[in-house]
Amino acid sequence: MRENEAYQASCKERFFSEEENGVPIARAVLVDMEPKVINQTLSKAAQSGQWKYGQHACFCQKQGSGNNWAYGYSVHGPRHEESIMNIIRKEVEKCDSFSGFFIIMSMAGGTGSGLGAFVTQNLEDQYSNSLKMNQIIWPYGTGEVIVQNYNSILTLSHLYRSSDALLLHENDAIHKICAKLMNIKQISFSDINQVLAHQLGSVFQPTYSAESSFHYRRNPLGDLMEHLVPHPEFKMLSVRNIPHMSENSLAYTTFTWAGLLKHLRQMLISNAKMEEGIDRHVWPPLSGLPPLSKMSLNKDLHFNTSIANLVILRGKDVQSADVEGFKDPALYTSWLKPVNAFNVWKTQRAFSKYEKSAVLVSNSQFLVKPLDMIVGKAWNMFASKAYIHQYTKFGIEEEDFLDSFTSLEQVVASYCNL
Amino acid sequence: MTQSVVVQVGQCGNQIGCCFWDLALREHAAVNQKGIYDEAISSFFRNVDTRVVGDGGSISKGKICSLKARAVLIDMEEGVVNEILQGPLRDVFDTKQLITDISGSGNNWAVGHKVFGSLYQDQILEKFRKSAEHCDCLQCFFIIHSMGGGTGSGLGTFLLKSLFDIISKIDLMVNSGKLGTTVKPKSLVTSSSGALKKQHKKPFDAMNNIVANLLLNLTSSARFEGSLNMDLNEISMNLVPFPQLHYLVSSLTPLYTLTDVNIPPRRLDQMFSDAFSKDHQLLRADPKHSLYLACALMVRGNVQISDLRRNIERLKPSLQFVSWNQEGWKTSLCSVPPVGHSHSLLALANNTCVKPTFMELKERFMRLYKKKAHLHHYLQVEGMEESCFTEAVSSLSALIQEYDQLDATKNMPVQDLPRLSIAM
Repeated sequence: MRENEAYQASCKERFFSEEENGVPIARAVLVDMEPKVINQTLSKAAQSGQWKYGQHACFCQKQGSGNNWAYGYSVHGPRHEESIMNIIRKEVEKCDSFSGFFIIMSMAGGTGSGLGAFVTQNLEDQYSNSLKMNQIIWPYGTGEVIVQNYNSILTLSHLYRSSDALLLHENDAIHKICAKLMNIKQISFSDINQVLAHQLGSVFQPTYSAESSFHYRRNPLGDLMEHLVPHPEFKMLSVRNIPHMSENSLAYTTFTWAGLLKHLRQMLISNAKMEEGIDRHVWPPLSGLPPLSKMSLNKDLHFNTSIANLVILRGKDVQSADVEGFKDPALYTSWLKPVNAFNVWKTQRAFSKYEKSAVLVSNSQFLVKPLDMIVGKAWNMFASKAYIHQYTKFGIEEEDFLDSFTSLEQVVASYCNL
Repeated sequence: MTQSVVVQVGQCGNQIGCCFWDLALREHAAVNQKGIYDEAISSFFRNVDTRVVGDGGSISKGKICSLKARAVLIDMEEGVVNEILQGPLRDVFDTKQLITDISGSGNNWAVGHKVFGSLYQDQILEKFRKSAEHCDCLQCFFIIHSMGGGTGSGLGTFLLKSLFDIISKIDLMVNSGKLGTTVKPKSLVTSSSGALKKQHKKPFDAMNNIVANLLLNLTSSARFEGSLNMDLNEISMNLVPFPQLHYLVSSLTPLYTLTDVNIPPRRLDQMFSDAFSKDHQLLRADPKHSLYLACALMVRGNVQISDLRRNIERLKPSLQFVSWNQEGWKTSLCSVPPVGHSHSLLALANNTCVKPTFMELKERFMRLYKKKAHLHHYLQVEGMEESCFTEAVSSLSALIQEYDQLDATKNMPVQDLPRLSIAM
């Protein structure tokens, strides 16, 4: 079918480059300062038999970064800059119409965070006309890495300068999705990563470029940025998707667009991380009334104000889906009209096993509270000077910490004042 | 992947070392079924073609030919090292890795440190350098020694200074001492006889096994795969908030004293509870009732992130963490369990519960020192002066004071400090 061919072609063009024997090679560059995970990743990909990573697309070292942002940024960065940028350049050269980079990293460790920030900065220098979106994993509130708050604030403050958009995924939120919606008993990182991949897929799989055309979008990154980041002060994006459930439950559930969209809207305004436990007592202010006063970080029940939202719908009868609820001006800050702040992409083709699915990519106050918490904890630790010697050892001074704190307090304040 | 070198000093150090190498071989034999020399096994062993004379025998890949421990064995008496070289592990070491003498240090730190230190300084440096050269990417020196004798304590601390030359390129040095206090290592794991309950014919055997297991578990996440790896340099990064407070208390569950014992599988959550009980600590200490500065949980076996988080949530309320590190947990998951068990947990804590140990040590020391008991044995050694003693006591006192100050904050309410305010 032509439709199928068009979809496949779009996927291939977007994510893969072709090799001689017809096996697609992912348009990806893998970087790590220790070898175990990359080795696992490469062999898992090759096992599928349907695609693989490029032979020379990896850069690996032996020692790791010891969970030290300063080591990743100030030691590994400069040391391996040339090698890493070379690999990236080769990959870019394979593209016909290159639009930008999607950088996947965590904030809690040393390599993803520190080296990730360094590489992003380099990309800004060397590819200033290209877009950069960083996908960042927000660590669990407890128990991953003790210095995760330091590593996080250093990462976020640096990326705020050199990246165009930050797509943030919280481990705690995804963990809850696995537990409550997918009913997984013993949750592993593999489960968590599956959910993440699903969320990313629901955003980045091809969609039609306009309401009634049958051509797939060719610059999703550009389109996302254009819709969602109208102002450089506001770069934090988050993803909410619906539905999310185990295979067993799926068999007994039917969906309507009205139902899905109603839930999704409520998730947006009440700042829920997933469909269960949505606070139904939160309502947007009635239009015509004066805007709500500044968002208080202490209030539990607060209304989530958005700068911009993008809803992507995939599945049967998608043309009948009514998204008017997302165009309510009360949802948005006063300086952008809903016609500019809200966009919807619709595609007939279903995603994964869901007959109908919807994903919301939102630039809103979703992440202010978690950000504020991380800044607070890092600040308390910084006041005692604990662990600082581990950073100054590699050239990250107290000054640098203070700069990071200042920029992030600014971000928190800006979002709170929406 | 990186390599580590084990330096075993003195009678105690070498006996523990012997247990360690035995266990390490068993562990790798269980995991490495095909006999291929891989990265995991290279962390502690070299692969050598024994037919080649001299230094050129190292093989980096392919089938295992002959495994040699990355170790340096030092003792000022010959007895223990000779026993090792005649025992089942004799092929794992070669004579080039040994430094021995005949007379021993007579339980005299000064003799170990000053006399043998200066006598063997060059040889020690040479052996260390050689062992480092055999490594592709050396990350860590493990130094095993006791504090109570003469060689382990005296020579053990002496060689630390030598190591600093080499380790300007390496980040980590871990000391495993039986009640070890040393000059300036990055972190120190202490253990004593506190954990042992049963009486064994050879009591030290069981204890040595525990310490050996500790070392294996400490490095498991760096050697083997898992969903949340932890390298050795992450230990010092996360567990040492201030350079002087680098003393760690460890606990191991299940606590196994013999290599092949078949312990009935415990419920997973019980394993976590045990790790925090007084009885499972490898130092006579009670971390639960003292203040945590940081805590690391290194899990092995079929355990997932949700199990780990569930247990942290469960145990957290009964533990006290310092105000600036309320969520001070570092975690790792290694999928390979230790031999004979389905899972295990090693907990490393930076906790003020070490303070009583140091205070007791100081007290016992002062009792002897005030009477000048045995002092002449030390002072008659060239290079040894009273100031060595007074400096040692004052640095110990300073350390105790640091812990005191932290303890004083224990029951204070946690207050958030005022944040930077931004003009809008």
